[in-house]
This record gives sequence, C-alpha cells and structure tokens, in this order.
Amino acid sequence: MPAALTVEATMLGKLDWSAIPFDQPIPLIAGAVVLVAILAVLIWVVVKGHLPYLWHEWITSVDHKRIGVMYILLASVMLLRGGSDAIMMRIQQAIAYQSQGYLPPEHYNQIFSAHGTIMIFFVAMPFVIGLMNLIVPLQLGVRDVAFPTLNSVGFWLTATGALLVNLSLVIGEFARTGWLAFPPLSGLSYSPGVGVDYYAWSLQISGVGTLVAGINLVTTVLKLRTKGMNYLRMPMFCWTTLASNLLIVAAFPILTATLAMLLLDRYLGFHFFTNEAGGNVMMFMNLIWAWGHPEVYILVLPAFGIFSEVVSTFSGKALFGYRSMVLATMAICVVSFMVWLHHFFTMGAGPNVNAIFGIASMIIAIPTGVKIYNWLFTMYGGRIRFATPMLWSIGFMVTFIIGGLTGVLLAVPPADFMLHNSMFLVAHFHNVIIGGVLFGAFAGYEYWFPKAFGFRLDERWGKAGFWFTFLGFFITFIPLYVAGMLGMTRRMQHYDVAAWRPWMIVAAVGMAVLTIGVICQIVQLVVSIRNRETLRDRTGDPWDGRSLEWATSSPPPVFNFAFNPDVRGEDAYWDMKVQAQQQSLERDGPEYRDIEMPRNSPTGFVCAFFATIMGFALIWHIWWMVILGGLGAWATFVVFAWRDHDEYVIPAEEVAAIDRVNLEERRSLVSMAGTA
Amino acid sequence: MNLLDPQGPVAAANSTILVDSVFIMLVIVVPTIVAILAFAFWFRASNTKARYQPDFVYSGRVEMVVWSIPALTVILLGGVAWIGSHQLDPAVPVPGTGSPVRIQAVSLDWKWLFIYPDQRIATVNTLTVPAGAELNFQLTSSSVMNTFFIPQLGSMIYTMNGMVTKLNLRADNEGKLQGLSAHFSGDGFPDMMFDVNVVSPLAFPDWVATTARSDAVLNEESYKKLMQQGIEKGRPTYRLEDPRLFDLIATQHIPPGPGPELISDAGRPHSGGHDAR
Repeated sequence: MPAALTVEATMLGKLDWSAIPFDQPIPLIAGAVVLVAILAVLIWVVVKGHLPYLWHEWITSVDHKRIGVMYILLASVMLLRGGSDAIMMRIQQAIAYQSQGYLPPEHYNQIFSAHGTIMIFFVAMPFVIGLMNLIVPLQLGVRDVAFPTLNSVGFWLTATGALLVNLSLVIGEFARTGWLAFPPLSGLSYSPGVGVDYYAWSLQISGVGTLVAGINLVTTVLKLRTKGMNYLRMPMFCWTTLASNLLIVAAFPILTATLAMLLLDRYLGFHFFTNEAGGNVMMFMNLIWAWGHPEVYILVLPAFGIFSEVVSTFSGKALFGYRSMVLATMAICVVSFMVWLHHFFTMGAGPNVNAIFGIASMIIAIPTGVKIYNWLFTMYGGRIRFATPMLWSIGFMVTFIIGGLTGVLLAVPPADFMLHNSMFLVAHFHNVIIGGVLFGAFAGYEYWFPKAFGFRLDERWGKAGFWFTFLGFFITFIPLYVAGMLGMTRRMQHYDVAAWRPWMIVAAVGMAVLTIGVICQIVQLVVSIRNRETLRDRTGDPWDGRSLEWATSSPPPVFNFAFNPDVRGEDAYWDMKVQAQQQSLERDGPEYRDIEMPRNSPTGFVCAFFATIMGFALIWHIWWMVILGGLGAWATFVVFAWRDHDEYVIPAEEVAAIDRVNLEERRSLVSMAGTA
Repeated sequence: MNLLDPQGPVAAANSTILVDSVFIMLVIVVPTIVAILAFAFWFRASNTKARYQPDFVYSGRVEMVVWSIPALTVILLGGVAWIGSHQLDPAVPVPGTGSPVRIQAVSLDWKWLFIYPDQRIATVNTLTVPAGAELNFQLTSSSVMNTFFIPQLGSMIYTMNGMVTKLNLRADNEGKLQGLSAHFSGDGFPDMMFDVNVVSPLAFPDWVATTARSDAVLNEESYKKLMQQGIEKGRPTYRLEDPRLFDLIATQHIPPGPGPELISDAGRPHSGGHDAR
C-alpha cells in the first residue's frame, strides 16, 4: 500500500467515501434536502444581518426563558424527523405483506431504532425540559435558574446529541439494534459498523446535558423560591418538576454507566455484555431498564404538572386535593425505581420475582389513578372554558386511562407472557407517551406560548390540530393493539400472516390523520405569527391564570420580576388579583432597585462545538481529533471558571421604565375585572 | 395466531387471565371516562344551570374514595398476578398423556433449530409435537438474544447464549400452528417464523422414524455451518449424531455464532442483510 494512502487512512480513522450511502436514495435525498434547508436558513440569517442578533440574544443567552424556547424548538424540529420515520415504518408494514416492501431490512432497522431514540431523547426530553426551564423560575417568582451558564451548556450538549444522530443519516449508518441497543446484538461481533457508536456517543453527550439540566432544576426548586413560597405553596408543575428532576439525577448516571460499559466492550475489548469471557447480557437488561423505567416517569410527571395547571386554570378553580396530588407525585417518584424488571418477565426469573415486580408496577397505578380523579373533581363545580390547552387535557385523560389499563394488564406476568414485545406493547407505550407526554407538551405549548412570545396562538387551527391528532392517534394505535392480540411482534420488516395485513393498513391511514394534525399545528404557528398584532396579549395574563408566571408581562423582561413577589398562599397570583380587587390599591411609586443578572456566555455553545467534534471523532476512531475536541471542551470550561465578571447590572431607571408599562396594562385588567 | 384462540392449557390460562384482568379494570375505567366527559360537558362555562363552586377544592370523603378505588382494584389484580405467576411458571411441567417429549430449541441467525435428543433427530424451522403430550423445552441461543413464542400455545421465553431457559407447554389439538421470535435479533429477524405441526400421538413415532432416516446429519461440523448468518427458506431435517450437542452449545464448547462477514472496514458492513433480500 502506498504510504500516502496509509497516512490518509489513519488520519481519518474508519471514515472513507464508502460511508456516504450513494446506493441508498432515501437517506441520501432526505439528507440533501435537510442540508439545503439548513444552508438556506444560514445564508438568509447572514445576508439579512441577523447573525449578531442570534449570537447575542439566543446562542450565548443564559436566560432560562430563551434556553427553554430553544429546547422546545429543538424538540419540534426533531419531532418532524421522528415523525417522518414513523410514517415510513407505517407505510412499510402496510405494504410488506409477503413482500419486502420498499425498505430493505438494514434500512428499516435503522429507522425504527432512530425513531425510538429521537422521540424519547430528542423530542420528549427537550420538550418537557424546555417547558420546565421556561416556566418553573417564573412560577417560583425568581429571576433565573440556579446555574444559568450550566443551563446553556446542558441545552447545547443536547443539541450536539441530536446533531450526531442526524449526521448518521448521511455519514455512515445509525444503530440497527432497536432504541435500547441490547447486547449481544449491539456488541462489536454482531454490529461491527458505526451505527451503535453513533447511538451510544450521542446519548452519552446529550446525557451529560440532561444530567446538568436535572441538577440545575432540582437546585432551583430547592434553593431559589421567592419569599413565602414554601413547599406546600408551590404550583403543581413545580412539584412534578422537582420529582422528575430528582429522577433524572438518580437515573441518568445509570444510563451513562451502562453505555460506558457497552462502549468499553466495543472499543477496548472489555467483556461486560459479550457472550464470551464471562460477559452477561442480562446485566445490561437490568441496568438499562433501571434507568429506562424511571425515564418514562421523568417524561410523564412534568406532563401531569402541566395538566394540573391547565385543568385548574380553565376550570376557574384551585386544584382539587392539592396535598393528595403532592403525595401522589412523590409516591410515583419513589416507586418508579422499583419496577424495572417488568420489562423482562419473559427472561425466566422465578414466579416470586415476577409477581413482586408485577404488583409493584400495579401500585404505581394507584397514585396515577388518584391524579386522574383529582383532575376530575377539579372540573366538578368549575366553569370550564374549552380553549385548546383544555382540549388537550381532556383528550389526555380519556386516552391515558386506556393506556393505564393496558399498562396494568402488561404488569400481570401471565398476560405479559403472551403480549411482551408484541404490537400490543407498542400500542401501549405509544398510548401513554403520545396520550400522556406529547399531549401534555402540546397543552403546555398552547398554554404558555403567549407568556413566551406575547401573543396567543390561533384557536381554530389549534383545535383542528387537536382533533386530528386525537382521532389519528386512535385510528393508528387501536389496530396495533389488535395486531398484538393476533400474535404480531414488533420490529417486523415484512410478514406473511394475512390476518395482520388489514390492521397495518388501517394504522397507516391513522398515521395520515396524525400527520394532518401536525400540519394543522404548523399552520397554526404561521397564522398566529402573521396575526400577532390581533392576538397580542398586553396584560401578561391571557387565560385568567392562577400562578406567578402570569404576574409579569408577556414576554417577561429579562429579570422576570421587578420585585420578587411575596407569596401568601397556594395559587399566589390568584390571591393577589382577588386582593387587588377588594382593596383596589396598588403601590403607586414603588422604589425600584438595580438588578444584577448573569452575563451571556458562549461557554455552552463553544463547549458543545468541541463535544460535537469529539463525538464524531470517537465514532470514526479519528484519535487526533478526539484529543483536539476534548482539549477544546476542557479549555472552554477553564476559561469560564476563571472569568472575572459574571454579572451585569440593570439600573433602577431601566427597571422602572420596563415595569411601569406592564403595571399600567395590569391595572386596567384588574379594574376591568373589578367592574365585570 | 390469535391469542384468544388458545390450542393448549398454558395459552388458555394466559388468555383467561388477560381477559379477566381487562374486565376487572373496565369496571373502573368505563365509569371514569364517562364521568370525565360528563363533568366536562355539564360544567362548561356556558351552562348557566351548573353551580359554580370555586371553593370545592378539598373533601376528605372524596379523597378516601379516590385513593381506595384504584387501591382495591390493584389488590384484586395483585392477587391475580401472584397466583397466576405461580400457576403459570414456565419452568413447571404441564402434565399430559403419554410420555413427555424433550425438545431443545436453539435460536440461530436467523432460524430455529429444534433438537429431539431422545429421538436423536433435529429439525430447522419446523416443530413437530404429539397432541396432548407434556412438552419440556430447554432453550438457548447460538448468538444474540431471541424469544421463543408460539402464540396459540402460550408463554414466551428468551433464548440467550451461554444460558439455558426452560419452558413447558402442551398442545391439545392436532393441526398447524405458527411460532416466531418475539425479540428483535438483526436483519433476518422477520424470517424467524416457524411451523408447528401438532400430530396425533400415534403419528408422532412414524414421523420420528421417517426423520431419523434423513440423509443429513447434525453434528458439530454441520451445526457450525448452520449457525452462519442467513435465512433458511426450506425445512431441513437431520439425524442427530451426538445427543449432547445442545449441552455443547449451551456451555459454549461450541463458540457463539459469528456476526456479519466484514468486507470493508468502513462504517457500513456488508452483512446478512443482503441474504435477507
């Protein structure tokens, strides 16, 4: 071999031209379209001169609201990617009866692996973390999260993970192992390609981001609450945020350790999970689900919090059984760590083990059921307004109960012996994740959008979006339940059983309806931006809200509150409104003070830039680049750690000028409510 | 492959528990859904007849009821789960008529090998069993994990390399059933479906005798060929040379099956995926 070629080979590790899938038109075209779209946006940004604005106001921003919005934007874009995967899978299974369909196995297997990975890690997670970031400091009545710069780092590392997963579309391949990459299939012997490495390194990097976000939010809730905001006065969303982030802090290190062991197997010839040399695949199963089961509660608990806020606001009542709800939340938080074995009843553990874990799993249904009933009684005696967030909430209650039923069914070991890994299971977890997490995310999006941007979303398109999604969900997933009852297992690239076919076709039709729902929501956003002047929310309180995020303007000033609110009970802002009406007094000329806010910092972005380089280099075994990326990320942190100034001062006059505008609007609101 | 059309006692018990559990829960779930829709409808803001009670935010009695309804349901279902787990433990034999049949199943990439050590025969992708007899399965895998599942006979179980799992079943009615792998195992996974022929107890010895006359022999050498990644469209049968072959596989005296053959070192390996097409 000529010397030049050898040098080139070692310079770029495993990377060469064969990594680009020139023979596979679908990923190639998809990749090209995305690339062109990204380039077009970049060129537009640069030509129009928006780059400085983007850099100063968003990319380097450490404002929790901005970071929250960016998380949600990332989740929305990834939802389109994960949704495209879902459409491709539904079409494949609808036509692959006694034929190979249009997707060969090596492609189909990447699609379902990417679909699961993206939907959980890069849609559901960033969406709920984004909403928590955006709203929790406002609800607690504080100016920012505990660690603002770390918050930015967390977001950008999550974005790095998402970028790497999508890079696998055009450079190399993604994992063909399913979204949890069980060994030995994911080991080097059976998956020698870079797919599993893309999977593992994306999750390692974004996992660090998630852990950082978790630590940040736990600290924020525990240490930064405004005066009088004791634990039992916190809005329900803050409680579920606390529970969810405690789970993140406890569970994500398990994922990191598990994937680290898998990577050691793959890179350095260790034998944690190999067939040979004493490796044990059952250990991987236990470890990954010890993270994986709490993970579903990490996702669904914040959604429960959102529904609590929405149901209470739109029923015009405080949440029914608040303390009971707190208890239920924390009960779910604790018990969710004790049920992981129900993911593999069929591995042959004894009847005692199976029964105990089955019953433990059912026990989670008790606090969850209590929550449903408490929302029910929150509606009882209310004055319910059916705005879009409320529709999502009622849709959730109906859908989630059915998902709960099938979930408890799967917790009965003898029933699971027939339904494990089946399409019934697929239908079940989509039932709870779409019906619970996604509906919750959409409810939160519709509910808090005016707070984030200062104008409401169009109600007509929003409602259309809800109904298409709601109906589409049932048309898609009821057939999957049936297919599971007909013995169909998941992840089949093709099949020969005639009885399954009609159900796969119906499910594909349902997928089309779901897609219309998503399109409605995109149209809603466009229409709302166009009509933003008519949809403008000047009061900061468009829904007649009850918690503190509505006590400031929409969008809130960078410092959130000119004065940290003084909380005297549950539903803090509602109490303030009631008192303001009764006494019709507002402080006239409050004494404004200087406010110190954290400075913007490019640390997060720069760190993620180097992490991306390092991740890519690790995947392709380009060792010099790994060192470069690692050193870069480390140096970024050193520079940040040695910073001289991390805060800047907003002078009292500026605070006063910003706040007076808001105060005027709010007064008119209060007086209007008083006369009504 | 309908789960609600069981062909053996295990599947029958599984599906009974499945259906009973659904009905127990529907008793709670249906009224709750109705209540959600009814409350939402009745307490709509435009309904002037509905009484607005903004202070109805706590009631000890309601709390007691809402905690006890799911708790009682779970106690009932927990009992079902406990008893069911013990009665339907896959490791416990299912008594039947005639002498029990021992079957050793090995999941290969991507086919099923069934070894009948007592009859000294082996088959690929087809399982023939006598109706009514006790079937004792021992299972392992040549490489990656799979799950052995015959939906109409009930209870699935994982197969893992270097380990043996146990499963006991019984098929009550003669006929043709289908089995499959219920755990994703790579590119050829969807082709891991297998036929199950349930024959009369009298026909079974005849089938064994016919199979034993097979020209093909299963020994360590031919097994190693069989475990290469690929799909088996036919239904080959073998004479079994060494009845301890299964133990040699399960104890890794025969090393685990190889993965895809790497042609290039680059990202996308050329693998059995091409065979799958």
